[in-house]
Amino acid sequence: MKSRLLIFFSVILTSLCVGAAVDRPHPPKELLSQYGFFKGVLKDQQPADGIMPYSLSTPLFSDYAEKLRFVFIPVGLSAKFNDSSVFNFPEGTVLIKTFYFPVDFRNPSKGRRLMETRLLIHEGSRWIAYPYIWNEDQKDAVYDPAGEVKAVKYVDLNGKKKEHNYFIPNQNQCKGCHNQNEVLVPLGPSARQMNHDMMYSSGKQNQLLYWEQNDKLSGFKPSDAKNVGIVWNDPATGTLDQRARLWLDINCGFCHQPQGPAASSGLHLHMQESDPLRIGINKTPVAAGRGSGDRRFDIVPGKPVESILIFRMESDDPGIMMPELGRSVKHQEGIALIKEWIAGMK
Amino acid sequence: MRIFRILCLSTLSLFTTVLFAQPDIRKQWQTRLITVADGETINLDEGTFVMDATLSMEGKKNITIKGKGIDKTIISFKGQKSGAEGLRVSNCTNITLEDFSVEDAKGDGVKTMNVNGITFRNIRAMWTGKPDKNNGSYALYPVLCENVLIENCIARGASDAGIYVGQSKDIIVRNNKAYENVAGIEIENSLNAEVYDNETYNNTGGLLVFDLPDLKLKRGGHCKLYRNTIRDNNLPNFAPKGNIVGKVPLGTGILLLACTNVEIYENQILNNRTTPTGIISYYMTENPIKDSTYYPYPTSVYIHDNVYSKPRKKATMRGRMGKMYRFKLKFGKDVPDIVYDGILDDKVPNGKFNYSDNKRICIRNNKGASYANLDAANGFKNISRDSAPMDCNPSTTASVQ
Repeated sequence: MKSRLLIFFSVILTSLCVGAAVDRPHPPKELLSQYGFFKGVLKDQQPADGIMPYSLSTPLFSDYAEKLRFVFIPVGLSAKFNDSSVFNFPEGTVLIKTFYFPVDFRNPSKGRRLMETRLLIHEGSRWIAYPYIWNEDQKDAVYDPAGEVKAVKYVDLNGKKKEHNYFIPNQNQCKGCHNQNEVLVPLGPSARQMNHDMMYSSGKQNQLLYWEQNDKLSGFKPSDAKNVGIVWNDPATGTLDQRARLWLDINCGFCHQPQGPAASSGLHLHMQESDPLRIGINKTPVAAGRGSGDRRFDIVPGKPVESILIFRMESDDPGIMMPELGRSVKHQEGIALIKEWIAGMK
Repeated sequence: MRIFRILCLSTLSLFTTVLFAQPDIRKQWQTRLITVADGETINLDEGTFVMDATLSMEGKKNITIKGKGIDKTIISFKGQKSGAEGLRVSNCTNITLEDFSVEDAKGDGVKTMNVNGITFRNIRAMWTGKPDKNNGSYALYPVLCENVLIENCIARGASDAGIYVGQSKDIIVRNNKAYENVAGIEIENSLNAEVYDNETYNNTGGLLVFDLPDLKLKRGGHCKLYRNTIRDNNLPNFAPKGNIVGKVPLGTGILLLACTNVEIYENQILNNRTTPTGIISYYMTENPIKDSTYYPYPTSVYIHDNVYSKPRKKATMRGRMGKMYRFKLKFGKDVPDIVYDGILDDKVPNGKFNYSDNKRICIRNNKGASYANLDAANGFKNISRDSAPMDCNPSTTASVQ
């Protein structure tokens, strides 16, 4: 497995060395297994040597799917640290994200169903997204650019049986979120999302420190490693305002920001926005159509039920709901957080 | 499907090893839209094709998507489960969509965003049921595009605007039909639009040119609207509240909102019972203005050589605007064909009713057009039906009032 992995990446690296003139990307492999990212049984998702698992403190909501994340950074190269945005990854980097539903969220030992694995490959100085959909037999995942809707069922954290659709986006729709000025970009691996502990085969360690010690992160001061991340559903980690803004940043801000695909709306929900109007306070909708839900403003301070933001979060109609991609059910806990935030505004 | 499959072959051969998890029509079409090489044409077969999700194209150049005709290639999104539009085209250059229909999308019919060179030709986008607030917002919807051409298209049933051009530049909209929408055609925060030879009828409002606050492309303008037939736009407004078009009263022909450099000529503006033509500032929406860079006044408007006609009938009493007609304006059956809210920007040189420089509003040589200045700035106290202050030509030196 390891040798196959090395062959794959030596091919990528060779082509890079021959010149950045590699204009056309490599066609995606047909099967996920062909990349050699994992050792042992594929569905166990045990990373091969050179592949690091990682986690984010506040992930994007995806229909309650759980996510496994891995990164491959080519031998001898490292990501460049910065404290405000996604790290600068070298060419040849692959970000690997597998979405799954546990059979029972209360008891992981009951097994899980893998839905899809998305690859973001940094090649020819750009990122390319390749989606793989897992077979029903869970033996492998197949490259499928066209997306799909699949029914899922599971028992949730409260012991309730759930059944709903799970939405697998098509390859174009990756860019619905991973988009800055129409360039495909990764969204997750940044200091604020990763400065916390992770369980490695070698034991528990701060992720940034682990990367730094394994020569996979440059420019990071080991003394800055701590558990500082704000977690949206953990009041111990931040104020209501901080947690609500973080939730909006992660779930909406990739589109709703000046360089994102929802810039045309004039509503900016990324963390760095400070103008109350841009955040939606007493802002009238522009092209919301029936997404306005007969409400006049995006956010009406003190009145969550009169706020378009809540109306769209509470909808699962594809013509109304926000985010408009990547979910088919409501994020009840996220809705509760944003309602509380708006209710507390004056 | 046979034709489609054959067309796929050339591209598929590059991907011969690729298997598809669950092939069906949508998947084949979507895969084709992803794998199509720049410069190619995607031919759509004859038939009705039902899609459960958005079809999207991204990052392509010089692509034509061509059906067999408006009545022959019908893409229906009835029962759509995912995606906020029927067909979406983004981040592309020189795209032509022609000869097919898009029906019953959950959100917008066809949305194109960040496309330089987008042609909609002989496309019908509609909701097949009654006009309803649960219909999608826009049938044909280019936004943040340049070099837009929309011709020979049909738009029907949109709960906002049938043909909506937003935050775009260099636009031609011609020979289209828009009916049974809230707004037939709307040009919003867009620059250099020519709208001609269209027919808009049975909408709430026929043709709107708006400049709105809080947007990326702030200042539209330089629009010409000519040789259009704008008739019978008397449909009750069915837009969801909160949307700016929800404020448009039924019986609106042409409405200019806070826009600048607009010329309207040689149109037939017939049987629109409330506001055959209105020129208003953003203050009339009664929405607060929080955008300090926004300019809320209409300026440099020239309305000339149009034909107006309507039966003697009261304006609508529905909605906020209807109330204004009923309780404030009280025109009875003598509803003016052209109204100006009369709210002037004090910083611009002006006389009593009009600007005295090239920002002025000029109304000249229209057939059958009565006029009113609403004096909205002073609570409609001195409504004036005298059109003399507006009789000018903006290209000549201003006559000082």
